[in-house]
Amino acid sequence: MKNSIAERVCDFLISYPPFDKLNENDLLEIAKEVNIMYLEKGDIVFSKDDTYHNYFYIVRNGAVSLYHRTNDNKMNMVSINDAGDIFGVRPLIIEENYKLTAVANEESIVYGIPIEIFKSVTNNNVKVYKYLITSFASNAYDPYTAEENEKIFIDYLPNQSNDIVFFQTANYTKRPITCTSKTTSQEAAVKMSKHKIGCIIVVNNKKQPVGIITNSDLKNRIATGLFPINTPVANIMTSPVITDRKDITVAQGQLQMIKHSIGHLCITKDGTVNSKLIGVLTHHDILVDLGNNPAFILKEIKRAKRTKTLRSARQKTNSLLKSYLDQNIPLSHILKLVSKINDAVTVRVIELSIDKMPSPPPVKFSWLAIGSQGRNEQLLFTDQDNALVFEDVTEDKYEETQNYFLELSRLITKSLNKIGFEYCEADMMASNPEWCKSLSKWKRQFTDWILNPNEKAILLSSIFFDYSRIYGDKNHEDKLTETIYKTLGNTSLFYSFLGKDALKSPSPLGFFKQFLVEQNGEQKNLFNIKKRALMPLIDAARLLTLSKQIKGVNNTAERYEKLAELEPANKELFESCSYAFKALLKFKTKQGLMHNDSGKFIKLESLSKEEKLKLRRCFKPINEVQESIKLRFSLTNFM
Amino acid sequence: MKLPWFNKKRKEYPDFWNTYVDKFNKHPKEAIQNTRFVALDTETTGFNIKEDRILSIGAVSFTNKVIQVNKSLELYLRQAIFKPETVKIHGLMKHSDLEKISELEAIKIFLDYIKDAVLIAHHANFDRNMINEMLLRHNLGSLKNTFIDTGSLYNKSKHIIYQNHLNHYTLDDLCRELNVPKVDRHTATGDALITAFVFLKILARLDKKKELKWDYLLKS
Repeated sequence: MKNSIAERVCDFLISYPPFDKLNENDLLEIAKEVNIMYLEKGDIVFSKDDTYHNYFYIVRNGAVSLYHRTNDNKMNMVSINDAGDIFGVRPLIIEENYKLTAVANEESIVYGIPIEIFKSVTNNNVKVYKYLITSFASNAYDPYTAEENEKIFIDYLPNQSNDIVFFQTANYTKRPITCTSKTTSQEAAVKMSKHKIGCIIVVNNKKQPVGIITNSDLKNRIATGLFPINTPVANIMTSPVITDRKDITVAQGQLQMIKHSIGHLCITKDGTVNSKLIGVLTHHDILVDLGNNPAFILKEIKRAKRTKTLRSARQKTNSLLKSYLDQNIPLSHILKLVSKINDAVTVRVIELSIDKMPSPPPVKFSWLAIGSQGRNEQLLFTDQDNALVFEDVTEDKYEETQNYFLELSRLITKSLNKIGFEYCEADMMASNPEWCKSLSKWKRQFTDWILNPNEKAILLSSIFFDYSRIYGDKNHEDKLTETIYKTLGNTSLFYSFLGKDALKSPSPLGFFKQFLVEQNGEQKNLFNIKKRALMPLIDAARLLTLSKQIKGVNNTAERYEKLAELEPANKELFESCSYAFKALLKFKTKQGLMHNDSGKFIKLESLSKEEKLKLRRCFKPINEVQESIKLRFSLTNFM
Repeated sequence: MKLPWFNKKRKEYPDFWNTYVDKFNKHPKEAIQNTRFVALDTETTGFNIKEDRILSIGAVSFTNKVIQVNKSLELYLRQAIFKPETVKIHGLMKHSDLEKISELEAIKIFLDYIKDAVLIAHHANFDRNMINEMLLRHNLGSLKNTFIDTGSLYNKSKHIIYQNHLNHYTLDDLCRELNVPKVDRHTATGDALITAFVFLKILARLDKKKELKWDYLLKS
């Protein structure tokens, strides 16, 4: 018989671990036998020392708290389980009485998952049990912090993704650079530096590897004067080499390197020294596969020859980002790092695109990142916003020159899109003739925005004024900045407009301290953290920085820090703005990683009480800085 | 001595009906916590008790706030009457892959399922009348179960100043006011589950006001 309820239970379970690791049929078997429990606040699911149930539990709606009862009968909260969190797993692992007490923290709906059926269905699924044990262990053995519940995922997810990589076949370097044993050391070194590599394999006439020369060999044996620079490589190479087969996994590769304390493995046709060399697996390759080292990611980007390589390098940055956020590394550091990687990706894309053009650029140009990348605040993949400035040319050459750069920009934006930076919906990209022009035209453009402000000009200013040079001539950027500040000195109307714009989104909290959510459209009832909380802070910082003529500080948090330095009287306000901005951006990024999107829209019901409180605390400085702007630029009459 | 009106020949009912009726012959009312409730909903071809037919019956049963998924009921009925205009509400088409049964089979399964449980439905009168009419078509008596209507129960549970007998709450209104997730709205089982949640949430409110008593629940 059809059981629609079981199907809906199934729909819910499938998006949460460990159920996401089961196939749909098995899951439906489980779902059919689920108990749906309605709990009022304070209802107890199980108490310490209760005999174990035949069920373990997952929260459907609401929240269930776990308490640890101490000997003097005090209740310490171990964790709060929100929708999708499992609890009461103990009987699944050991048939023992409960050690914790589970109480509904608010009105909740909980699914009881029958252990017997769950066991029979998941029989030997290692991943499922690994998750359950991690989840069990993190609740059972370190039960004294309130944030424990989040740690289930921190402990588990990074490991899980590492594990997968670990047993993948390693990506070794194919077609390695080689030389013969008669080559001189100097020739070998020239070859290595030309290819930007750290080692060269010495092969015999059958292309079988006989030795290897690395940077350290050159350093230790040539640079020290031990051998002359023209000595044949045979004299300084390390031999024999360690070889392996091409289906070597990342884990095996790492093991081999540790065992022989070497940094390079030669990959040969049959895995022995007596067959043809087909590749080299370096320690660097392994670390890149594991994706946990920014320096290697940067190197990989700089060496990349294809957009595809850049894409995978940029993807690795996301897992890096996730683990950094989990480790609570300061956001300002993460911001710097990720923007460095983004910039490196863009630079490499530009270099590769120039190579694809039929001729080199006719004049100097510079590539500007605008909007969030310009402010160095782009953590996740977001839209690409960019502009191109080229050196002034004579009237008759203008069209030809612009066409060249438009073509180049099209190649660049296309590659960036392939890497993961979506095209800008508003077409604020250098491939648009409006945003690809000569330095004097750009100067005129900015002057026009400043002197003739209107709604549209302000909207564009708020994006284009946050520019930073990614590639090309620094001179252009400086001249543009100079012009802007000179023009700004002659007008106050522009500030009024910018000020009005900065106040367009009022406090994110409504009457009764409710979060203001979107009223219509696809995002109905979601909280737009970008529009309601980040943009007001960004806009205010830009306005204040411009009015104070602060040059060269683009990042919002840094702008507030600079403002705090310049205005000791408002130090506290600006510092709290800087803090709030970082906290909100971190929040958005975490949400984005969790849902694999930009993190812009937040489902309020997915937040814990604590997170909501944290968010609310960040909103206070928004109101305060907006009030301050109102007074500073006498906007009360203007609005 | 036999009084004449007892001589009137008792109507012959089939066994399954008698089994159903016999369940009501005993015991005083259980405590609410131990009572078996069945929340149900029907999808029909329309709102005319005489002309329209039941296309689907969905029900979930619960005791003490625990709903067992494997104890839910989901019946699809084969009917000669079909009104295309209501398909957009319930989505049940005349010919579909769903396994359909005859009215009589549905009655047997349904009565065996509900037993003497207290029945919960939103706008319960409609569902009751539709089912009774179906029973009548098969020469059976009316349902013996106690019915509770979530619409009027909700109205009662509200504070006296908000109470209004003219208030007409749709199931969607209740979902909104009581914060019940709307999943599978307008399928019989989906609505039955939603009705169950609505009922449990109202009970929780009443419990807070110490009004959770049978006479309160049952008085209309």
